[in-house]
Amino acid sequence: MTAHAHTLDPMRVALVGVPNSGKTALFNRLTGSRQKVANYAGVTVERKEGAFVGPHRQRLYRVLDLPGAYSLTPTTLDEAITRDFLLGRLADEPAPEFVVCVVDATNLRLNLRLVLELRDLGVPMVVALNMSDLAESRGYRLDHALLERELGVPVVETIAVEHGGDRHLLEKLESLPHPGPRLPAAWSEPSFEQIQRTHREVRRILQAAGYIEPLRQRALSRLDEVVLHPIAGPAILAAVLFFVFQAVFSWAAVPMALIDHAVSWTGGLIRQSLPDGLLRSLLVDGVIGGAGSVLVFLPQILILFLFIIALEDSGYLPRAAYLLDRLMGSVGLSGRAFIPLLSSFACAVPGIMATRTIPNLRDRLATIMIAPLMTCSARLPVYALIIAAFISNRPVGPFNLQGLVLFTLYVAGILAAMAVAYLLKRTALRTAYHPLLLELPEYHWPHVNNLLIGLWERAKVFVRRVGTIILALMIVLWFLSSFPTPPPGATGPPIVYSFAGMLGRALEHVFAPLGFNWQISLALVPGLAAREVVVGALGTVYSLSTSAHDVASTLAPMVAQTWSLATALSLLAWYVFAPQCLSTLVVVKRESNSWRYPLFMVAYLFALAYGASFITYRVASALLG
Amino acid sequence: MPPVSLAALHKGARGLVAAVRNDSQSLGDEAQSTVSRRLLELGFVPGESIEVIEEIWPGGDPMAVRLGNTTFALRRREASAVFVETSER
Repeated sequence: MTAHAHTLDPMRVALVGVPNSGKTALFNRLTGSRQKVANYAGVTVERKEGAFVGPHRQRLYRVLDLPGAYSLTPTTLDEAITRDFLLGRLADEPAPEFVVCVVDATNLRLNLRLVLELRDLGVPMVVALNMSDLAESRGYRLDHALLERELGVPVVETIAVEHGGDRHLLEKLESLPHPGPRLPAAWSEPSFEQIQRTHREVRRILQAAGYIEPLRQRALSRLDEVVLHPIAGPAILAAVLFFVFQAVFSWAAVPMALIDHAVSWTGGLIRQSLPDGLLRSLLVDGVIGGAGSVLVFLPQILILFLFIIALEDSGYLPRAAYLLDRLMGSVGLSGRAFIPLLSSFACAVPGIMATRTIPNLRDRLATIMIAPLMTCSARLPVYALIIAAFISNRPVGPFNLQGLVLFTLYVAGILAAMAVAYLLKRTALRTAYHPLLLELPEYHWPHVNNLLIGLWERAKVFVRRVGTIILALMIVLWFLSSFPTPPPGATGPPIVYSFAGMLGRALEHVFAPLGFNWQISLALVPGLAAREVVVGALGTVYSLSTSAHDVASTLAPMVAQTWSLATALSLLAWYVFAPQCLSTLVVVKRESNSWRYPLFMVAYLFALAYGASFITYRVASALLG
Repeated sequence: MPPVSLAALHKGARGLVAAVRNDSQSLGDEAQSTVSRRLLELGFVPGESIEVIEEIWPGGDPMAVRLGNTTFALRRREASAVFVETSER
C-alpha cells in the first residue's frame, strides 16, 4: 500500500484457480511483497492477503489468494476453504465482491471446467489467461475475443512472471464499477451427469474459439521418460535429495557461524559497556543470546525453502511425490513427507515448516510428529562429546567403532520414526484410505521474483511469529538459570543455586533410574534452549573455566572418569528421542495452530526417551557388570 | 473389444476413456463416489485420449498417465474406476 489514504472502501477481490495455474505468481505480481500471511480461523490453511492501488483510478484493491482448487466440490481442506469463502460461509470472512479466475493457458480443458462452475455462481468475475506467452510459444492457438463471447465473462491475458504482465488485468479491473457487497451465492453439488455436460460445454467453447492444442514438445516427454522412469527416476531423486541435504547442512554453515559471531560480538560489546550485574546478564545471555538462537535457524530455513520453492515451481515436487508414494505409503505417510523429513536431519525447525507442501492435514501432522526423531545437527556436539569420551577409536572390520555407534544412533532415530508414524497413522491420526490423484504439471523454469517473495514470506513468518515466542522462552530460561543468585560464600557455580539448579536436583530423582547423576539432570534444563547447549551447561556444572569452544575437549576426559559406560550409553539413547528443543515445539505450535500437538510431542518423545534410556542403562549395567 | 479397466493396463497402453464407473469394489461407497467424481472433474470423461506413460517398479503402482494434454499420477485402486477402450498400436 502506498501513502494514498483511501477513504473509499477497498474492492475485495479473490484469486481463484486450479493448482499450478500460476495463481500465486499472479498474486505476487499484483501485490509485490506487501502480503499478510496468516491462517484461516481455526484451521491450518494458509491465508494470503495483499493490497494494491489501481494505476488509473487510484482505487484500493484487497486481494485474497485463495487455496488452489480443482472444483467447488472439495476433496481437501484447502478446497473446502476456497468453496466456503466464495459462498460466504466462513465466519468473519465476507464473500468476495469480485473474482479473478486464473487459468493456465496451456491447460485450458482442465481449467475451464472450474471457470464454468464459478460463472454459475453469478459473482462478477474476469478470467485471467495466465502463461499466455508460454502458450503462444508452445504453439497453442486461441481467439480471445471469441472465447470471451462464448464464456460470457471478460478474458484478459496475463504473464504473471513478467514485469508488467498483469497490465491487462489491471486495466480491466479499473474499467469496472465497484460491484459492492452482495448476497452469498447459492450452489449445489453437481451430479456426475452435470460434470460431464460441463466438460462437453468446455469442448464446445474451445472449438468455437478456434482452440488448437499442439502435441507435447518432444523434449518435455523425453524429460518425463527419464524423471518418472522406475529406475532412473529414483536415482535422480536420490541425487536431488542428497544435494538439498548437503546444501542445507553445509551452505548454511558459514552464515550460521557469521550470525553466531555477530551475536557474541554484540554480547561482548554490551559486556564491555555495562557494569557486571543483572541487567548485563539479561541483555547478554537472555535477549542477545535468545535472539541469536532464533536467527541462527534462518540460513537453513532460507536455503531449504529456496530449493522447495524452486522444485515446486519447476513441477518436480509432485513427481517426487509420485516416485516416493509406495515407500512412504508403507508407513502411512504421504510421498511429500520426504523432503521435510530429510531436512530435519539438518534441523527439525525448517523441516517442520516444510510440511506445508503436504496437503492432507493428518498426513502433515504425522510428519511433524516424527520430524524430531531425525537426528538433527544440534545433537552432533552431544554425541561427539560422549562418543569421544567412552567409545574407543578402534577399527571394526572396514569400519570404525566410533563411526558405527554414530551410525547406529541415526538408524535408531529413523526406525523409531517409522514405527511412530505407523502407529500414529493407525490410531490418533488415522485417515480413511487416501486416494492418490496427482496432477504432474508441465515443467517450468522457476522465476527469481517468485523465489524471492516466497523466501521473504517464510523469513517473515519465522522471525515474527516463531521468533518472538522463542525469544520470550529464552528469557524465561535465563531467569530460571540466574535466580535466585548464589548465597554469599557459595563455592559451586551459580546455576547450582538457581531455579534451574533446583529443578535439576529434583529431576535427579526422575532420572536416577536411567543412570543420570545430578550434573546431567541439571544440564538438561538449560539444554532445553537448544540441544548443543547441554555441552556448555555440563561444562558450567563441572566448573570448567575454559571458553565455550574448548569445553568439549576438556570435558571429555572429565566425564570419562566420572560416568560409567552404562550412563554414557543411556544418555546417548536419551538424546535420540528426547524433546530437547523449545524452538521445535514452538514451530509445531505455530504450524499446527494449537498447543495440543506440541504437548503430545513432548509426552510421547519423553516416554520414548525414558524407556529407551532405561532399557539401555539396565542392559548395559547387567552386561558390563 | 470391450473396455478394460485402467488398473489392468501397463506402460505403453493407450486408448480412449470409455467411462468412469461408480461401483468399483476396491473402495468404500462414499470414497468411491468422491474418487469417481474427482476423476470426472479432472477430465477422465468419455472420448478423452489416455496413455499409460510410466509405472513404479516393482509392482506397477502408482502409475503415471497422460490424459489429453495433462499428466496425472494415480494408484491402481483409483484407476480401477476408469474404463478404457484400448487401441492397438
